[in-house]
Amino acid sequence: MAFNKENNSYTIVFAAIMVIVVGSVLAYLASALSDKIEENERFEKQQNILYAMGVNENKNEGSVNFVPTDRVETEFSKYITDQLVINGDQITNNDEAYLIDLKKQITAIKKGESAELPVFIGEKEGNKYYIIPMYGKGLWDAIWGFIALNENMVVQGVYFDHKAETPGLGANIKQRYFLDDFIGESILSNDQLKGIAVAKGNNDPENNIKDDNEVDALAGATITGNGVSAMIRESVNLYKDYLETIRVN
Amino acid sequence: MALLSKKDTNLILDPLADNNPITIQVLGICSALAITAELQASVVMAISVLFVLGVGNVVISLLRNIIPTKIRIIVQLIVVATLVIIVDQVLKAFAYELSKTLSVFVGLIITNCIIMGRFEAFALGNGPWKAFLDGIGNALGYGIILIVVGFFRELLGSGTLFGIKVFGDPVAKSGLYATGYENNGFMIIPPAALIVVGIIIWVQRSKNRALIEEN
Repeated sequence: MAFNKENNSYTIVFAAIMVIVVGSVLAYLASALSDKIEENERFEKQQNILYAMGVNENKNEGSVNFVPTDRVETEFSKYITDQLVINGDQITNNDEAYLIDLKKQITAIKKGESAELPVFIGEKEGNKYYIIPMYGKGLWDAIWGFIALNENMVVQGVYFDHKAETPGLGANIKQRYFLDDFIGESILSNDQLKGIAVAKGNNDPENNIKDDNEVDALAGATITGNGVSAMIRESVNLYKDYLETIRVN
Repeated sequence: MALLSKKDTNLILDPLADNNPITIQVLGICSALAITAELQASVVMAISVLFVLGVGNVVISLLRNIIPTKIRIIVQLIVVATLVIIVDQVLKAFAYELSKTLSVFVGLIITNCIIMGRFEAFALGNGPWKAFLDGIGNALGYGIILIVVGFFRELLGSGTLFGIKVFGDPVAKSGLYATGYENNGFMIIPPAALIVVGIIIWVQRSKNRALIEEN
């Protein structure tokens, strides 16, 4: 070989060239694919919101099946009649409210700044659905989701997702059997907006009692479950004023 | 003439049994414990490692004569990390659902000791074709153990395979559960993987006594 591989300047040149090559490959890839990735993320949000209000391809039991991506935009505009943004006392219409990042809004509220909270109003077969987004933390990282309520503050459907919960344990919060347990539960307790807790040992594993503000927990996923409870409670709290205005009894 | 010479075939077959990266070399245990609670996760991980190790071994092998010895570990790490990010980005664009399942494993693939081990032990000293076969062989050897462990842990721990209930419904007490059978929650937690891997090592060594180390 014409050059000395152990030479310091060779090592530095090699490292520099490698960094430039790898950096440009990754930068090119990221910018070439960013449109497609953004589109996928948009579709996913629409699918999640529709899933919470019961617009999905679910069979009788088993797995979670979303509206396919090629139809999601038309279905979204068909079923979601209004997208509202709550900013203090002001409520405005905004067709891109579903793109609002709830995490940033929660951070702003904690700092005492003004925030924009999105609400989605859906209509299906004459029933109205009020869908609010949720954001919280599980065991390892963020968890989030949507909860659809009717005027009686009864849950019509939920969807949860997570960034990095343990597969087989906490990751099961996005499984059908867990999500389905929430349907029909009331978030009211003694006429107050309370939320729904994920509870161990609530003596109701088949979830027949719908007004106990509890669903059966996932075995081995206590912290993720507590995260879900906290997330629902905080979200309900965040939207308290708005929910009081739509509540009928 | 066969497609692969006998030596080449051994590169693929050895790591599947008598030189298995998990059960014989005891590498890659960390990810084998972490992600085998479900069969699907095991399969996804096995395929990802197959790609990263196959391609990574070839890249390292092609670069083996120009990589400065002093920074070779960093170079190996960068090759793995780049490949993993490429896979992740391409999946995000074209197979979004799958990418969400995979995202948890990205970090685990980068730190998988089998990958660094093969780069260091094989790719740096052999040509690209041999390195490719070695990568495929080791990834398959790793994948097989992962899938076997995932199979038993999901079956005994949750009573499901690929999320499909095979023993009936544990809540409604139908199928096997009607007879009083219960899922073993212990199988879902990571220590159970260690025990399953231990049993595999035991079975393998009792079948092939040549593998037992002499003290």
